[in-house]
Amino acid sequence: MNHLPQAWGRPRDDVYGAYDASHLQTSGPQQHTQSPIVTGTSVVAVKFKDGVVIAADNLASYGSLARFTDVKRLRKFNSQVVVGFGGDVSDMQYLDRLLSSLDIRENYSTTETPLNAKNLHTYLSKVMYKRRSDFNPLWNHILVAGLEHENKPFLASVDLLGTTFSSPTLATGFGAHLAQPILRRVVPDEATVESVSREQAVALVKECMKVLFYRDARSLDKYSIAVVTKDGIDLKEDEKLESQSWAFAEGIRGYGTQVN
Amino acid sequence: MASVFSGAPPQGGPGYSFSQTRIATSSGIREHSFYPYTDNGGSTLGVSGADFTILAGDTRSTSGYNINTRYAPKLFKIGGEGPDGTGARIVLSVVGFAADGDALKERLDTIVKMYKYQHGKPMSVAACAQRLSHILYNKRFFPYYVHAILGGLDEEGRGALYSYDPVGSYEREQCRAAGAAASLIMPFLDNQVNFKNQYIPGSGVGHALEQRVPEPLPRKDVEELVKDAFTSAVERHIEVGDGLQMMIITKEGIQETFSELKKD
Repeated sequence: MNHLPQAWGRPRDDVYGAYDASHLQTSGPQQHTQSPIVTGTSVVAVKFKDGVVIAADNLASYGSLARFTDVKRLRKFNSQVVVGFGGDVSDMQYLDRLLSSLDIRENYSTTETPLNAKNLHTYLSKVMYKRRSDFNPLWNHILVAGLEHENKPFLASVDLLGTTFSSPTLATGFGAHLAQPILRRVVPDEATVESVSREQAVALVKECMKVLFYRDARSLDKYSIAVVTKDGIDLKEDEKLESQSWAFAEGIRGYGTQVN
Repeated sequence: MASVFSGAPPQGGPGYSFSQTRIATSSGIREHSFYPYTDNGGSTLGVSGADFTILAGDTRSTSGYNINTRYAPKLFKIGGEGPDGTGARIVLSVVGFAADGDALKERLDTIVKMYKYQHGKPMSVAACAQRLSHILYNKRFFPYYVHAILGGLDEEGRGALYSYDPVGSYEREQCRAAGAAASLIMPFLDNQVNFKNQYIPGSGVGHALEQRVPEPLPRKDVEELVKDAFTSAVERHIEVGDGLQMMIITKEGIQETFSELKKD
C-alpha cells in the first residue's frame, strides 16, 4: 500500500497497468448496450397436439456468478400466451413493462378478439428489429408460445437482431445445442406434433431441463414450466428438478481426480 | 534529488483524489461490439422461360452450425390479398440476413398493394422491379443484407426475372442463383440454361467451333433442372437442405410446390 488513497483497494498499476480511463468519458457519441450483463440461460419449448409446453430455469447470472436464483423468466400475456426470455435480464424487465402496457391498452380498447400468440410474436419481432436497426438492441432471445387462429399450437422465436423463425421445437442459448437434438428426436416435424400428448411433451421438456442442468454451468435446478392450451395457461414457477442421477459422473474419464 | 520529495503523485499513476486524476484521452472512438447482421444461409434460384418463371429456394434457416428451423420460406408472393397472397402475380425471393429479408418483403408487398388501390390496376413486373431497386438503394448506407430475385411475367406474357445486389443494382436475366450455394449452382445454370461452353459437334476445330444457341427451355425441363441443382447443392453445402419450395408463375397465376431435401 502507498500513500495515495485513490490506489487503495484497487489493482496495483505497476502490476496490472493503469486503469483505462476512456471508460469514464462523458462526451463523445452516444453509446448503447454492447453486451449483456445479468443474463438468463436457455428457454426450451415444444408443441403438442393441443398446445405448447415451455420452460426456463429461475437463474439470473452475473457472468459466471449465480447472482439471482429466483428470477421468473416465463411471462404470461392475457391468459393465452407465454413469453420466455433468454439473455439480458434488465432488457427482459423492460420488455415485460412494454407488454404490460400493451395488455392494458388492449383491455381498454373495443377490439373483441384478444391478441393471440402469433400477433404478440409479430409485435415483439417489430420491436426487436427496430431496436437493432437503431444500433440499440434488446439483448434477448425470446420464445413465444401459445395458440393462433382455430386454436392451432403456435411457437416462434425472435432474437436481438430481429431474426424470426418458427419450428415444432425451439430452444435458445445453450439449449439450441443440448436440448434441440433431444426434442427433435421425439418431434422431428410439424406432422408429428399431432401425435404428441400433453404428458409426453411435459416429460420431454423436463428431461431437457435435466440435461441442461447437468451440462450448462450457468443453469439451476429450480425452473418454471408452463403449458398453454385452449383451456388457459398452467404456469408453475417453483419446480425442482426431479430424479437427477449423477451416476454417469463415475464413468467420466480423462480429467478430475482420476487420471485414466 | 528535489524531485523525489516534490510531493506530487507519480506521472500517469493514481493521484491523491479522484477529481485530481487526469482522464486520459481515449485513443480514437471505442469499438462497438454489436454487429447488426447475421447470415441465415440457404440458397435461391430463378429461371425464366417463354411463358413462365420459376423461383425456388430451400427452406433451411441456420445460424452458424445450428439449424434454426427446417421450414422457413424464402419465397414470397407480392401484392396478393390476405395471408395466402391470393391473386398475386409477382414473387420475391430473398436470401442472406432473414430479418432484413422479411422487412424488405413487407415493404415491397405494401407498396405493390398501395399501387393497386391507387391506380386500379396491378403493378407491372418492370415497375415493381425498378421500385425494389429504389428501396434497396435508399438504404445504401445501412443496406438490407440480402440477395433478392424478383420473378413474374412481363407485358408481353414472357417470363421476367430480375436479380439484385444488396444496394439495388439490378438486371433482367434468364437465370440466376443466389445465396450460400450460388457459386455451386450458377455455373450449372450457365451451362444448362444459357448453354455456355456447349458447342455444335463437328462445326469446326478449335476457335472455329460454333456456340450452341440458347433458347427458352420448356417448363418440365426447368423444373427438373431446379431439382437437380438443389439436390447437388445439398450434397456439398451444409447450409442448404431440408425442403425445396418452388413457385411457378404462369398466366394462370402462381403455383406453389414443396418437396423434401436431405435433412443431414
